[in-house]
Amino acid sequence: MGKVESSFKNMVITLFIITLVASFALGSIYNLTKGPIAMADNEARENSIKEVIPEFDTLITLRVKVHNGPDSLTFNKGFKGGEYVGTAIATFSNNGYDPTQIRIMIGFLPDGNINNTIVIQQKETPGLGTKMKETKFRDQFIGKNPSDFKLKVKKDGGDVDAITAATISSRAFCEAIENAYQTLKKEKEGEK
Amino acid sequence: MNQWSNFIKGFIKENPVFVLLLGLCPTLAVTSSAINGFGMGIATTFVLICSNMVISLIRNFIPDKVRIPSFIVIIASFVTIVELVMQAYSPSLFEALGIFIPLIVVNCLILGRAEGFASKQSFISSLIDGIGMGLGFTFALTLLGSIREMLGNGSIFGFKFIEGDAILVFILQPGAFIVLGYLIAVINRIKKSA
Repeated sequence: MGKVESSFKNMVITLFIITLVASFALGSIYNLTKGPIAMADNEARENSIKEVIPEFDTLITLRVKVHNGPDSLTFNKGFKGGEYVGTAIATFSNNGYDPTQIRIMIGFLPDGNINNTIVIQQKETPGLGTKMKETKFRDQFIGKNPSDFKLKVKKDGGDVDAITAATISSRAFCEAIENAYQTLKKEKEGEK
Repeated sequence: MNQWSNFIKGFIKENPVFVLLLGLCPTLAVTSSAINGFGMGIATTFVLICSNMVISLIRNFIPDKVRIPSFIVIIASFVTIVELVMQAYSPSLFEALGIFIPLIVVNCLILGRAEGFASKQSFISSLIDGIGMGLGFTFALTLLGSIREMLGNGSIFGFKFIEGDAILVFILQPGAFIVLGYLIAVINRIKKSA
C-alpha cells in the first residue's frame, strides 16, 4: 500500500492538497461551463416552445397566477405579423412517481385546442413512467379541446389512455396540462 | 502481469457485475432498457479510467490511513466534471444519461478498483484495468438491459418487434433480480467449463 508513513502532519497536508486541487479544478470547470449550460438551457426552452406552437416571429413572456393556488406559470404567447398564433405554457406537476417535479411545455392554439406537448423534465420509473415522453402517449392530446376532452385517465372517469403500469405518472401528466388549461381559461376571462 | 490478460479479465473471468458483484445498485436500477444500460456503462467506464490513472499516479504520496477519503474526493470530482461538461457541450446526451451520472459516485466498482488495483499497480496496468473493467461493466449492463427490454417491452435498443405490452415485471425491479440471477448462473457455468 502507501509508501508513506501515516503521520498526523502528512495526512492533513495530503488531504488539504487533494481537496484544494479538486476544488480548484471544479471551480474552473464550473466557470468554463456556466455560459454554455445557460445557453443550452435557453436553447432547449426556445426549441420546446417552437415545437408546441405554430411558427411565430415575436414572443411575449408573462407570468400568470395558477387558477387555484399561489404558484404561477410562464406563458409564452406567440405572434406572427401581429396575429396571435398560440400560447406555450410551461406547466408542472409535483405528483409524479418520483419526487422530482414533472415539467411539461404545452401549446394551445387560439381556438383552445391542444397543439402539442413536450416533456421537459421528469424522473419517472425508466421503462414505465418515462414512456410519457413517447409520442404514443402524447399524441392522444393533439387537436383535443380540454372543454370536451376530460383530462383524466380512464380509470378516473376521464378520456386519457394511461400508460400501462404507470397510472400515477399518467395522472401527474394530466394534472399538469389540466392546470395549464384552467389557468389559460382564467387568464382569457380576465382579459374580457 | 500480462497486459492482455489484464485487459480481458474484465469481460468474463472477473466481470465486475457477474463475478465480483460490484456496483449492483446502478446495475439493478438503470438496466430497464438496453440503451440505458449501455449509456450507464460508458459513463462509468470514463470515470473509472480517469480515476484509475490519477490514483495510480499519486498512490505513493498518499498516507495509508487517509487513502479512502482521498479516493472519494478524486472520484467525486471526476463525476462532477463529467456532468458539467456533458451538460454544457452535449445537452442531448446529458438528457439521456443525466440521471445516471450522480449514481456513479456511489458505484463501488470505481472505489473497489481504486482500492484493490490502482493503488498497488503501475500507471499502465491501472489504465488497462480501467478500460477492461469498464468495458466488462458496459457489456454486463447492456446484456442485462437487452434481456429485460426484450422480455418486458418486446423491443431491443428501442426497436420494437412485438406490438403492445410484454411481461412488464421484467422492467420492474423484481425482473432485474431474476435476470441477474440467471445470468450469474450462466456465467458461472461458462467459467467452469472454460
